[in-house]
Amino acid sequence: MNWNAIAAIYRFEMARTFRTLVQSVISPVLSTSLYFIVFGAAIGSRIDQVEGVSYGAFIVPGLIMLTVLTQSTSNASFGIYFPKFIGTVYELLSAPISFFEIVIGYVGAAATKAFMIGMIIFVTAHFFVDLTIAHPVWMVLFLLLTCISFALLGFIIGIWAGNFEQLQLVPMLVITPLVFLGGSFYSISMLPPVWQTITLFNPVVYLISGFRWAFFGQADVALGWSIAAIILFMTACLLTIGWIFRTGYKLRS
Amino acid sequence: MHKRGGEQGDSMEAFLSVKGVTKTYEGGHQALKGVDLEIDEGEILALLGPNGAGKTTLISIICGIATASSGTITVGGFDHARDYRAARNLIGLVPQEINLEPFETVMNSVRFSRGLFGKPRDDARIEEILKLLSLHDKKDNRIMTLSGGMKRRVLIAKALCHDPQILFLDEPTAGVDVELRKDMWEIVGQLKETGVTVILTTHYIEEAEAMADRIGVISNGEILLVEEKDALIKRLGQKELLIELDTPIDAVPEQLASYPLTVSDEGGLIYSYDAQAGSTGITGLLADLRETGLHLADLSTRQSSLEDIFVDLVKEDAA
Repeated sequence: MNWNAIAAIYRFEMARTFRTLVQSVISPVLSTSLYFIVFGAAIGSRIDQVEGVSYGAFIVPGLIMLTVLTQSTSNASFGIYFPKFIGTVYELLSAPISFFEIVIGYVGAAATKAFMIGMIIFVTAHFFVDLTIAHPVWMVLFLLLTCISFALLGFIIGIWAGNFEQLQLVPMLVITPLVFLGGSFYSISMLPPVWQTITLFNPVVYLISGFRWAFFGQADVALGWSIAAIILFMTACLLTIGWIFRTGYKLRS
Repeated sequence: MHKRGGEQGDSMEAFLSVKGVTKTYEGGHQALKGVDLEIDEGEILALLGPNGAGKTTLISIICGIATASSGTITVGGFDHARDYRAARNLIGLVPQEINLEPFETVMNSVRFSRGLFGKPRDDARIEEILKLLSLHDKKDNRIMTLSGGMKRRVLIAKALCHDPQILFLDEPTAGVDVELRKDMWEIVGQLKETGVTVILTTHYIEEAEAMADRIGVISNGEILLVEEKDALIKRLGQKELLIELDTPIDAVPEQLASYPLTVSDEGGLIYSYDAQAGSTGITGLLADLRETGLHLADLSTRQSSLEDIFVDLVKEDAA
């Protein structure tokens, strides 16, 4: 393993994060606070409780997931797209590193940033609602696995994207709707039966459900399904990335 | 020093060996048509060719940026595909385009490159390289604030920071001013002294003449020849004898029609001959010249430049 190369990529990417620290931190804190004000206070005051949890607290896992999924995807996609765009990707291709090491560097950094933001939102939430976490280890594990899986997806998007518009396309048109429709702000049991069945085809449902279970000890779908879904998703992304590097898709002519 | 790879028998091999490398792009364009090239340790080879000849494609394949359609490449005895880590460790690449992260400082950018090549952080070594390239006072500057010439030096620093044994310079002086071009030649000279093998591509003949030990001419995806620079000029060099006359003339005298003569702008005669031929024909010409009654004022010879050779070769290839 070329550990120095992994560390170099990781440090380089994290330096980019810290250069834009204010915007990286303030933006999620602000948007989360707005969600709490609008959904938690304004609408939440009309909804007493969802499955025994106050509405304000109920939306915390969904809110964290909403930001973490978009952040990990866009961080990783930008991380690998930018060197392609400005041409510095030649260094990665001519260096003595394997695709696995490149992925660990870029995905690791993107996932770290998303995880940090997830934790910042978690801390911010404490200012608005009372939270007691039922399974803290699972909570961290779920958050971590989610960050890594979606950073892997972001990496694929970054390699595929031919311009900045395409780079934004998947997070904007796919991930955000899936998170909103995946039970961020409601329990699936609140939906009509037909929509409950349709919703089960949304992979994000399993992530939010598992994450919410870690918070409150209750879930829309069984915990095993949530874990299986995340592992399946991660494997699919890894296989795709493996194929990209084997064939040189959009990287090597 | 890096350990040379392969079996002992490999030690007789050239430091860089390219055998039968072809490259056909998806659209069907054949950029390389079976390139063979051998380069010894410590030499400077200039790959000379017009735009679109395949220079950058060849370098990209050797360095791992593009894949060859067929053929084998070994660097320091290591197969560049099978033992890619060992092979790439020996290579430094300075690309033609100025591809740099604009928001990073020079130091961070070079540190990143060193790390990518698996080397532990060593700021003292990086600073040495920056000093060699007159970049040391810019080490904490963001790359976007540097001039074009300085950016090109950063690219060289990034290529040198893992102490490669073979350095590829893809058109290092394309679009740079005369002063920087001379600086670049000096840098290459310094690198040669430290034992680094250098392969540079250029379409400036002057550059190849100034820097290279050997010159390869590539055109239309094929290497037309690779020769010692001096031998190349000598072997292919036509010489010209310039004959100045007391009284200028307008046309070649009839008595001298059998000689390949032209009239110069000054009204003298120009005689083209092959310096390597057994007989140059000069003695006979001068005797016949006396017969015509023309009086010699001065005699001088001129050797054709590399540019003339190059143009001839590429013309032949296109024909």
